[in-house]
Amino acid sequence: MSEVDELPRFPFESDAALEPPAEWAELRSQCPVAHVQLASGDEAALLTRHADVKQILSDPRFTRPTPGDDAARIADSEDGGIFNSEMAEVIPQHGEAHLTWRRGIGKWFTAKRMNALRPGIASMAEQLIDEMVLKGAPADLKASLGFPLPVWVICDMLGVPEHDRDQFSHWSDTMLSMTRNSSAEMKTAEQEFGRYMGAHIASKRLNPGEDLLSALVTDPEPMSDRTLVATGIGLLIAGHETTANMITKMVAMLLSDRSRWESLLADPSLVRTAVEEALRLDANAGVGMARYLTEEVEISGVVLPPGTTAMCSMAAANRDEEAFADASSMDLRRSPNQHLAFGAGAHACLGQPLARTELQVVLEVLLRKLPSLELAVPVQDLRRVEGLVVGGLVELPVRW
Amino acid sequence: MKITVDQDKCCGAGTCVLLAPDVFDQRDEDGIVVLLDAEPPAALHSLVEEAASVCPAAAIAVSS
Repeated sequence: MSEVDELPRFPFESDAALEPPAEWAELRSQCPVAHVQLASGDEAALLTRHADVKQILSDPRFTRPTPGDDAARIADSEDGGIFNSEMAEVIPQHGEAHLTWRRGIGKWFTAKRMNALRPGIASMAEQLIDEMVLKGAPADLKASLGFPLPVWVICDMLGVPEHDRDQFSHWSDTMLSMTRNSSAEMKTAEQEFGRYMGAHIASKRLNPGEDLLSALVTDPEPMSDRTLVATGIGLLIAGHETTANMITKMVAMLLSDRSRWESLLADPSLVRTAVEEALRLDANAGVGMARYLTEEVEISGVVLPPGTTAMCSMAAANRDEEAFADASSMDLRRSPNQHLAFGAGAHACLGQPLARTELQVVLEVLLRKLPSLELAVPVQDLRRVEGLVVGGLVELPVRW
Repeated sequence: MKITVDQDKCCGAGTCVLLAPDVFDQRDEDGIVVLLDAEPPAALHSLVEEAASVCPAAAIAVSS
């Protein structure tokens, strides 16, 4: 065990909330396949180069660990947290079954549907910003805008009533814990959430609406109830925490050097590429994506045996000088921007057009309504949320 | 410019449609890519190149 105890602990810590840990650049250049210890104590092979992370995420042979795999666990709870849970097992991960599941959901996330959501998202953002302005500056942009907006949007898509939104935030927060909540708390949240979704799905079966879940339950070849519940929970969690934190981090990055904000005010057509660049430079994206290697594979000259858990750090890969010119600087016009923030390959983030749309719309509305927006604290006072699988800031104090 | 798409590889992320809606679309039933214009006008070439290079599933090929 002493051997394992001496491995570096992953994720690494960073002193500054918006800056990457020094280890990423060191590992990319010197140790592209690094043996690390996860929060659970289990061992994994950490990948930090763009080409390597892309190779493994795109390899159709490998998927994320499932409970039967004997893979490394991510979280420090006994069962390893959300990514090792039974829920992760119910949704098909491989081949034809995964394809069928994914395509059944995919039609709800087409670019056309996302564009149709734009006006609704814009008016939700306007409402939230108006309420923030009414309360006066300084305000916490995370609590006022970043967190509520994606919950409102995904709850709308799933046909979840407004008064249940707060409960959803609580459940997804707890279930995404890596170290912050106990195993029992996570289990309770998963069970409560599962019961709610079960009842919600049953009511949609009786009274179908115009939402995604209603369409899934009335499909001529419906999914099993367990798969439906897991799908509903998965979409809520995926659609909430990640985007909520990213809205906050994006605004923080753009305000931390206010010339960026001013460039956008001068030329709002930069919003699209600015959003991609914020996604690329997110130094606090969370733990990354795990892949369980069922076969031997060679990465950057290192042969990894079957049974290895490969931890893909997309955030480290996104700062790889081999893949991006001047990788550490924020270029609001960078194009093309082949960042891996949404993963790659057959399992690339299903909700990426929704995330992009929300981020673009929020930024457009903020620039229009609050051009004088600025940080209300020095950037070095921003603090990271610790102990969740998805990274974020504790709060983002702003004034205008 | 000549574009081909591989519908078997496509993961339906919609990135190409957000970038170049005059060239790419998605099937209503499952979100998989549909090529609207295999030889688009020069004004769209840079957006198409971008769509091909950022496609998460590498499902778009462009030849000149």
